[in-house]
Amino acid sequence: MTTYIDKIKEISKRLLRDGKVDMVIGFRKGSLPMMNQPMFARNEGDVDSFVWDSSCGVNLANYVTDRSERIGIVAKGCDSRNLVVHIIENKIKRDQLYIIGVPCTAMIDRHRIAAMVPGEIESIEENTADGTITVKGEGFSETLNKADLLQENCALCMHRNPVIQDEPVADPVPEQSPDDVDRYAKVREVESMSPEEKWAYFDDLFSDCIRCYACRNACPLCYCPTCFVDESKPQWVGKSIDPTDIRTFHFLRAYHCAGRCTDCGACVRSCPMGINVRALTKKLEKDCLEQFDWESGLTLDKRPPLDVFRPDDPEEFIK
Amino acid sequence: MEHMGLEPGRLHFSWISSAESTKFVDVAKKVTEEVKALGSKDKKYVKSKPKVA
Repeated sequence: MTTYIDKIKEISKRLLRDGKVDMVIGFRKGSLPMMNQPMFARNEGDVDSFVWDSSCGVNLANYVTDRSERIGIVAKGCDSRNLVVHIIENKIKRDQLYIIGVPCTAMIDRHRIAAMVPGEIESIEENTADGTITVKGEGFSETLNKADLLQENCALCMHRNPVIQDEPVADPVPEQSPDDVDRYAKVREVESMSPEEKWAYFDDLFSDCIRCYACRNACPLCYCPTCFVDESKPQWVGKSIDPTDIRTFHFLRAYHCAGRCTDCGACVRSCPMGINVRALTKKLEKDCLEQFDWESGLTLDKRPPLDVFRPDDPEEFIK
Repeated sequence: MEHMGLEPGRLHFSWISSAESTKFVDVAKKVTEEVKALGSKDKKYVKSKPKVA
């Protein structure tokens, strides 16, 4: 995967040199291991700071919202799907974008890795040839298999190759199919619980939430000028960390993502407490697929289910 | 909501036209009866008052 970077730099420099774009959005090394940052390169010199490895989990579609420039953007499968969602929702125009497509080989789960090693991680080295990752810190050095360290959403991903792009950096990677991996095993597990167990499950899930809204800020879908949690007239939801308020926040935020969420994992990745926020959005994704035969961000030609009326919409719940 | 642990039957959706007053009465009665039957569940759906005033 690290071999992609030369091609990303080459394309980015060419775009900037030819004046085809005003900037290219990519990744640079973060100040902490496994936390690569988004970077806006406005000239060829900036491009030299670009990196590509398995810590580029941030969803870059988040940074094109309502921009007026012509933008080159490095896009994994999920970023490209969120770009599609953005275009459909009129948050950016297709012709403003030059999409540099990166066939993704999955990102690593920083929360899981941090929990696996005895101390603070100081550096991470990736060996793409044998698929291992070496994690180093004070007094320890461990070599682990990348396949065991994937973000859960990446392990379950069906769209690793960009669905929309102007130029790929490499040949497509093999896609997983729903027959290989059971995407909704965890959702079904919750579905089979009793109401009391479900309630307790989500109480426990959100018990660590500190209401920092990192999940919302990292999410490319959360672009409202004023989020419902920040409104004060009326105040839709309490600002405390009372379990009712926390649950209301997560539940409503998830609902706002219904039929739009691409399961990019940005929310989970950004959470400082390691909460699996996807537990709610994955259920909505499953419902959309089952009831509306819809997966978000795959095509520019179809309107999302919450955007259209069909006489045959499933509505057994309305009495 | 049911996925999060709300019992089936606590949340109701109905489509009632402004001309359907009798349907409104029927539905309102049915909803209150069903929700009352489910009980208050130790007020877990209600926000607790702050412990420190």
